[in-house]
Order: sequence, then C-alpha cells, then structure tokens
Amino acid sequence: MTIQQPNTFRGGPDERGHFGIYGGRFVAETLMPLILDLEKAYTDAKSDPAFQKEMDGYLTHYVGRPSPLYFAERMTQHLRGAKIYFKREELNHTGAHKVNNVLGQLMVARRMGKKRIIAETGAGMHGVATATMCARFGLDCVVYMGAVDVERQKPNVFRMKMLGAEVRPVQSGSKTLKDAMNEALRDWVTNVADTFYCIGTVAGPHPYPMMVRDFQCIIGRETREQLMEAEGRLPDSLIACIGGGSNAMGLFHPFLDDKEIEIYGVEAAGHGLKSGKHAASVAGGRPGVLHGNRTYLLMSDDGQINEAHSISAGLDYPGIGPEHAWLNDVGRVKFLSATDDEAVAAFQLCSKLEGIIPALEPAHALARVLDLAPQKPKDHLMVVNLSGRGDKDLASVADYLGTKGG
Amino acid sequence: MTTRIDRRFAALKAEGRAALVTFLTAGDPDFETSLAITRALPKAGADVIELGVPFTDPMADGPAIQAAGLRALHAGQTLRKTLEMVRDFRKSDDATPLVLMGYYNPIYIYGVNRFLVDAKAVGVDGLIVVDLPPEEDDELCVPALKSGLNFIRLATPTTDDKRLPAVLNNTSGFVYYVSITGITGSAAPDTVKVANAVARIKRHTKLPVAVGFGVKTAVHARAIAAGADGVVVGSALVEAVKGSLDKDNKATSRTIKTVTDLVAALAEGVRAARRVAAE
Repeated sequence: MTIQQPNTFRGGPDERGHFGIYGGRFVAETLMPLILDLEKAYTDAKSDPAFQKEMDGYLTHYVGRPSPLYFAERMTQHLRGAKIYFKREELNHTGAHKVNNVLGQLMVARRMGKKRIIAETGAGMHGVATATMCARFGLDCVVYMGAVDVERQKPNVFRMKMLGAEVRPVQSGSKTLKDAMNEALRDWVTNVADTFYCIGTVAGPHPYPMMVRDFQCIIGRETREQLMEAEGRLPDSLIACIGGGSNAMGLFHPFLDDKEIEIYGVEAAGHGLKSGKHAASVAGGRPGVLHGNRTYLLMSDDGQINEAHSISAGLDYPGIGPEHAWLNDVGRVKFLSATDDEAVAAFQLCSKLEGIIPALEPAHALARVLDLAPQKPKDHLMVVNLSGRGDKDLASVADYLGTKGG
Repeated sequence: MTTRIDRRFAALKAEGRAALVTFLTAGDPDFETSLAITRALPKAGADVIELGVPFTDPMADGPAIQAAGLRALHAGQTLRKTLEMVRDFRKSDDATPLVLMGYYNPIYIYGVNRFLVDAKAVGVDGLIVVDLPPEEDDELCVPALKSGLNFIRLATPTTDDKRLPAVLNNTSGFVYYVSITGITGSAAPDTVKVANAVARIKRHTKLPVAVGFGVKTAVHARAIAAGADGVVVGSALVEAVKGSLDKDNKATSRTIKTVTDLVAALAEGVRAARRVAAE
C-alpha cells in the first residue's frame, strides 16, 4: 500500500474527526448530541482570548510551567553518543504531563456548565490530575480505575481520595485501563445531562483526540523555544513512550512538519512481542474500532479485544490514539517498543545516573534511548519526554526485582 | 421491497397489538442451547428476535448482558458461528424476523462486504449496531441498506427534534427507542414519558417504534405496549438464562423452559394491551 504524503502532517483531523482512515465518532446515539455540543464548546473556547489567558495563568502559577528542558549530562556521558535532553514533565504539579490536558478540559467543562466530572485512569496519574483540578475548581469527581491497577498503584488511589475524588474500582474484563474506559462510558451514557467525561489521552471519539492533543502541545512548543535558547537550533530526534499517546503527541506535534527531525514512539512490549503478553498495538495489532475511534488495536481474528500487558499501568491499553495510527501509516513517526525488563533496567539507570526516578511509562522511552543514543554523533540533539515521576512505581519495581532475583 | 420485519409489523398492526421483541446473546451459554432457545422463541410468543453478537467491550450494556457476552465468548462463540446459528434457525422458521445486535468491531474485522453477503444469505433481516451513529453511516448503514438488510437505529431521550430527522434518515424496519439515558438493564422507564417520546418520534416517521432498555416484567411490558409498536426485553431474559445455569455456567435441563416461560408471560402482557387496529 502506498500512501500519498500530505503537504502538512499537522492538518488533521478533518471535520468528521478523521486522521486518514483513523479516528471518527463511533459512539452510542445517547452520547452523540453531547459530543457535538462539546465540539462546539471547544471550538468557541479555542478562539476566545480570555480562555487562553486564564489557562496561561493556571499553567504558570498552578501547574508550574514552563517545565525545564534539562541536559542529562551523565546519561549522555554514559551512552557516549547523542546529547540527551529531558523534557521535565514530571516536575509539573501532580507529577506528570496529564495536568496540561485536564486543566484545559475542565475549563471547557465549566464553560458548558457541567458540575460532575468523570475520568478513567490506568497508572492513576490522569486520575490524580483530574481529582486535583476538580478540587481546585470545586467540581464533583468520580474516577474509574481497573481493580488490578487499584492494587498496583495504591499511592495514587490514596492521593485521589485525599483530593476528594471517589475512586470506583472496575471489576469487569481485564480490570485495567480499557475496562475503566468502558465503565466511564457507561457512567457518561447514564448521567449525560450533568456529566463531563475528561478523557486522559489522545483517543476516544472526535473531538477528544484533537482537543487533548491541543492541550498537550505546550510540551513541544516549550521544547522548541527552550532548545533554541540552549543550542540555537531544533532537535535532531524526539522520543516518547506511547500508551494512548498524549505525552508523545504533545511533544511531537509541533515538530511534525520539521521533516528532518527523527521521531520515535515507544510502545510497551511487556513480556516481549512474541509472547502475546504486551501492549504494543502498532507492532502487534491492526485497525479496528473501540472506544469511539478507529485505530490500531490488539484483537483476535473474530474482532474481540485482547487484554494488554505491561508492567506500566499507564501503557496497559490495547489501543493507541488515532493520530498516532495515521502517523505510523504515513511513516512520519517510527514506532519501537521496550519490554518490561528493559523498562525496569532504564528506570534504575536513570535513577542512579541523573538522580531522577522516572515513571515506568517514560522508562520505556529511556530504554530505547539507551540503544539509539550511542548510534548517533555527539552533536545529535535528542529530546526525551520524561512524562512522569516514578514515586508511584516504587512498589511495583521492588516486587518485580524481587521476583526476578535482581 | 418489503422485508420480514416490515411484514411482521404490518400484520401485528392489523391485529391491533404491539410486537414482543426478545433479545438474547447468541451462544449463551453455549451454541446448541442458544440455538434451541432461539428456535423455541416464536412458539413461546416472540414476534421479532434479536440476537446479540458477543463483544468483549460492550460499552452500552449493563452487567447482565456483559456477563452473557463473556459466557458466550468463553464457550467459543464467534460472529461466524452466530451466522451459522441464524442459518440453522431459518431451516425451521422462514417468517420470524431476526435482527443481529452488537458492536461494530467484529463486523469490521469480518469484513463489511463479506458480512453483508453472508448475513443476507443465512436469513438475517436487520442490524442494530450500537456504536454506529448517523455520522458514521458510510461504514455499514448505507452498504447494508443497499444489500437489502434493514438498518435499525436507536433513538434516545437525548435525540431532540432537531436531530431526529438525521437519526431517522437511513433507518428502516423499525426505530428502537432507548427509553432511558443509560445502559441496558437499568431502572424501569416511566411509561408516561415513554408514551410521549414514542408519540414525538411518530410525528417524524411512519416506521414502527419499539421501546427497550429496562423492560423486565409482563406488567411493565403491557404498560409500554399500550403506547408503542413493540416492546424489547433483553436483560430480563438474559438473567433468566443465567439463573437456570449450574455453578459452572453450564446449561441445565431447566434452561430452555425457564426462558420460554418468561417469554410466554411477557407475550401475554404485550397481547393484553390490545389496541384498536384503526389507530
């Protein structure tokens, strides 16, 4: 299959929410009127200077932006190749990039007069960000979280409760992120009149993939400015982990039309791509329809969705944002993967070399940095999105190393 | 072109009563039992049969139908087997309309064109696909209509008068009014509100309107049937299947009768709400 190269990689989606064949609005009729309302409310907000000004204020004084672009000197020396920069999204309030999106969506929800917010969460970072902003804005907050994830991300469950959110463990299916999203959609369809669904990644029915991307693009825009200041030029490569892909899209999107820049997305390979126990939907899946959009999904030959596996609860999802699916097909983003073992090794190395304990999610990106960076010349500028901090993962990693005898 | 669905609703209108539309998940608890139940439904009083196509992630369904889908999948049900079930059913029944209801992904993966050819060939009359709103009509709705299948759309309490024409355009067979904002098997809907909603939809279409989501008892079916052209019962039947299974979710000697008894009671309720034929 040959695909016509577009004039711009930043032009999507079309008015029906499509990125090539991906995206769309595959939802029950009950939700459709609301999704059309949301699209209108978001379009209005986007063109309202007062909305942007208010958001900028929160981003500066509440979230703590801009996040630093940090030269990872010891990791660079260790790998003896590319000059490595970390975009420090883990320093944001709530400890990850998730808050950028939640702030934007909840400001839209307030414009729409919605008083009750629901969210799904995997690792709990989106849940914590949602609970935090709901506390700040005085909104009711219900977070759906797979029962398996509730168990492996206990500190975040406690944080959400402390912030006044109700955490509802989801017992259906694989009891992870995909099931939390099913349950959130069921809540939404039931409470459609007063409820706003704050989706945590660049997936779901249009306009979510576009809207979440727009709110996350601040990561890439800052990176452009900061690297220009530090090095006087743009980066040579970008790399980020991909579950649904919001941190990656936020970093990548402002650079998509700088065609000389190499862009890498890293999926979770779990026990290995051949094991069948992984969460790499591009590497191991095919196009299908779930949760409101068409995208790459892990599934059986009968179109039944397979359970994903990853040590990282935030990547443990059998799909990927539709714009990433398109960027893969047109060849603009190269998709790689990293196993649980590789991610844990990178987690340890980053902690020891840089004094930064990364979340297990960006540890997947770091795992590929470990082999990409040494292949590059010393003047190659590589930016990796350090999308979250690893405090929440300490127990998981300790367990993992314990059972591995490490 | 009239279909089995058109003919059945026309005949019931002449009789002056509403249709009982039964929903059961195909392959629950296993292929053979599910086929036997399906075959027994018309005699028990079902006027239109909906067969649920199991899907791992049924985001519009409540716990009862979620569990039924998983039972069927664990027993090896696939979309191909569901089509085989329809073919077997048609060997002994060429009159009862049969509608497949489910989610888009299994059909998309089967291949839309191949699916439409096969569905038509085995005797499927219509499709209800929960996650295909009018905005995605190019995917399946338009090709299905071209191949002579009915495409039955859901209208909901959030579908206002402005949106109704878009929902009704390209809808055929009947309109399925979802009586509540919520998932299948939720709390019972208010019958007065439902009657008003059906009247509102009827101002926009000549198609029959069937009402579902939350209808559980014969009394309730009767109340809904007084103001609609059809009453859909799903979760209550699926619960009846579940209640008849052994501890390993295997069928027992009671399974078929438990379901047909409930269908008979519901049919009695629907028939008791006889309306004037000239309405």
